[in-house]
Amino acid sequence: MAEIAVRKYLISVEEIFHEGGPVAARPLKRGAVIAVIRNPFAGRYVEEIAAFMEELKPLGNRMARDLIAALGGDAKTIEGYGKGAIVGAAGEIEHGALWHVPGGYAMREALGGAKAIVPSTKKVGGPGTRLDVPVTHINASYVRSHFDAIEVGIADAPRADEIVLALVMTTGPRVHARVGGLKASELKGEDGLR
Amino acid sequence: MKAKIRKIVTIVEETRRELDRDVSPPLRRSAALAVIANPFAGRYVEDLSELIDIGEELGALLSEKAVAALGVPGDRVESYGKAAAVGENGELEHAAAILHPKLGAPFRKTLGKGAALIPSSKKRGSLGVALDIPLGHKDAAYVRSHFDGMEVRLSDAPRADEILVAVAVTDGGRPLPRIGGLTKEQIKGEDGLR
Repeated sequence: MAEIAVRKYLISVEEIFHEGGPVAARPLKRGAVIAVIRNPFAGRYVEEIAAFMEELKPLGNRMARDLIAALGGDAKTIEGYGKGAIVGAAGEIEHGALWHVPGGYAMREALGGAKAIVPSTKKVGGPGTRLDVPVTHINASYVRSHFDAIEVGIADAPRADEIVLALVMTTGPRVHARVGGLKASELKGEDGLR
Repeated sequence: MKAKIRKIVTIVEETRRELDRDVSPPLRRSAALAVIANPFAGRYVEDLSELIDIGEELGALLSEKAVAALGVPGDRVESYGKAAAVGENGELEHAAAILHPKLGAPFRKTLGKGAALIPSSKKRGSLGVALDIPLGHKDAAYVRSHFDGMEVRLSDAPRADEILVAVAVTDGGRPLPRIGGLTKEQIKGEDGLR
């Protein structure tokens, strides 16, 4: 299996102390990792694309590990996650969908078997396109305090024959979470929902 | 009505070709957006119940507008999503107050059903900020063909004291889905996942 050629790799970590309200005892960290890869299917319609998901797995694993490291290195501190893809102009939206399985399972595995579906979004766009990657709690999608999103993007990607792959993680609830609903302390963590 | 609405916008997208292939029948996606005054702009307010009630109003109003724009009965909608962008004098939690506690019930009522979590994203931003609304199948979150997203933006919103609120609905999944996974024909539609 050929290793995926990565043109660019980017990790960002946001540390949020407050948003106008009380300063958090423990600042919220929100991190994103982005890899810019060549789209092997750019420029033409290819029917059989699903095998590429397998090839993306090692990259997904590396990205998940690197992101956890950037957020402090302890997988137990990660409470929210999400994933996304931006496909360059010569590709189709379906190429972005190839990221669901390798991106999602890489994070679940690196976090020790997270239960909730990994929320996601995707689009086709030119260099500089931004993407709001949705975020939910890793073990229970309905934890209201953890619904969030992280905007990602790179000024010079994706070129027409590239795909931008993104994984995001957070270390806690929104900094001033106060709209009720299911709390992280109440979740059962069995069905991935509650 | 509690919400002070400055404008409402509906967008309908119809995809007829993807690369060199016909998409038949064409895939339709619609979004309805409201630009509202943020009653809590510029100050930290502990109790957000006014915004929570506004979310309930907008859940009904925007879902009805979006479904009408899509041009199919509510029960024919296949996937959905929601998102909000808060102007610079607000906080992220204001988006959470609109989106999470009460917006979902009237949205689901418009559709007749909706067993799955409504995927969402939120951000703070300035005029013209792009908002990516994540999309997922309305009765089974794991339907892989329906993982998607729709970007919306308004050049003149949100102003610093405004909030842009959006919902999106579709009559199908991605244009040419072919990466396997759970299909819509296989779903039970009971637990919201499969």
